[in-house]
Amino acid sequence: MIIQISNWIIPLLILTILLYGTYKKVPTYEKFVEGGKEGVSIAVSLLPFLLGMVVSISIFRASGAMDAFVGFLSPLLQLLHVPSEIVPLALTRPISGTASLGVVTDLIKNEGPDSFIGKLASVMQGSTDTTLYVLTVYFGAVGIKRMGDALKVGLLADLIGIIASLMICYAVFG
Amino acid sequence: MVNLIWVGLAAIGIIYSFFNGTVEEVNEVIFTSADEAVFLCISLVSILVFWLGLMKIAEEAGLLEKLAHFFKPIFKVVFPDIPPNHPAMGYILSNFSANIFGLGNAATPLGLKAMKEMKKLNGDRPEASRSMITFLALNTSSVTLIPTTVLAIRMKYESVAPTEIVAPTIIATMISTIGALLIDRYFYYRRTRGVMM
Repeated sequence: MIIQISNWIIPLLILTILLYGTYKKVPTYEKFVEGGKEGVSIAVSLLPFLLGMVVSISIFRASGAMDAFVGFLSPLLQLLHVPSEIVPLALTRPISGTASLGVVTDLIKNEGPDSFIGKLASVMQGSTDTTLYVLTVYFGAVGIKRMGDALKVGLLADLIGIIASLMICYAVFG
Repeated sequence: MVNLIWVGLAAIGIIYSFFNGTVEEVNEVIFTSADEAVFLCISLVSILVFWLGLMKIAEEAGLLEKLAHFFKPIFKVVFPDIPPNHPAMGYILSNFSANIFGLGNAATPLGLKAMKEMKKLNGDRPEASRSMITFLALNTSSVTLIPTTVLAIRMKYESVAPTEIVAPTIIATMISTIGALLIDRYFYYRRTRGVMM
C-alpha cells in the first residue's frame, strides 16, 4: 500500500504543478529552464565534496577497517535491532550533508538500492537534515553567539529521525 | 569535525591496510572511486535539473504562498512569541514551504530573513530567542516532499523501484518534526522554570 502510494506521489505532483502553472499563466517552459539551470550548478558544486568523501570511505572499506569496526559494534547493535552497516551514516548525518550523501552512495552501491540497508539509508538521508550546518549558517548570518538549547534540540531531533526511519523501514520493508 | 572524520577514514584505512595485507585493494579503489564520484555527479545533473525546474514553476504559480497560507494556523501555535502578522512569521512560513518543495536554494535566504526579523523581535540581542530555537528545530528535522538527490542515486544504481522510499521518508520526516517540536517545548519549559540539568 505505502509502496503504491510512493509510486503515485511523484507523477501526481508533477501533473498538479504543470496544470496549476498553466492555469496561473506561468511561462512554464521558460521557468522550468530557469530553475533547471540552478540544478546544473548544484550538481557541479557537489562534485569535490562527494569525490573527497567517496574516496575516503572507499579506502576505509577496501582496507577491511570498516568490517572490523562493524564487527566490533555488532553485538550491541543486534541487541537494539540496528543493522550495523547503517552506523556510519547515522554518525555523519548531523555533521555534514555532503559527507553523509557520500556514505549513502557507498551503501546503495555496495548493498544494492533495493536491499533493506539501501532503502533504510535512503529514508534516513531524506528525513533528517544536517543540524550543524543549519545551526552555523542561520545563527552565523545574523550574529547569534549564544545558541541556548538549539544544539541539544537539533541533535535530539536527528536521533528521533534516525529511530523513526528504522521503525518505519522495518514496518514497510522488513 | 568533518575534517577529522574525513582524514580519520582515509588514514585509518591506509594504516589498517598495511597490517591487513590489503594495500593493493586500497591502491586500486583510490582511483576507481574518484572516477565513480565524477560519474555520480553527472547522473545527479538530470534529476536536479528536472526537479528544480519543476519547483520553479510551482514557485511562480504561487503554490509556495498557498502552502504557507495553509500552514498559518498551525504556526501560530508553534511560534506563540511572534505576532501572526509580523514579517518574521511570513518568512518562516515561506521558508517551511520552500523546504517542503525541496528548494534548498530558495529556502536558505528566506530562513535568513526570518532569523533577522526574529532577532529584531528579540531586541537585537546576540543570544538565541525561544522562536529562533523552535525555527532551527523545524529546519534540522527536514521537511521534504521529494528527496531528490537520494532518488537520483537510487536510479543511478538501477533500483527496480527508486520511488518506493518516498512515502516512508515523508512519514519519518513528520515523526521527526513533531518530535523536534516536542523536545523544543520541553527544553523551553525547563528553561523558564529554571530547573538545572
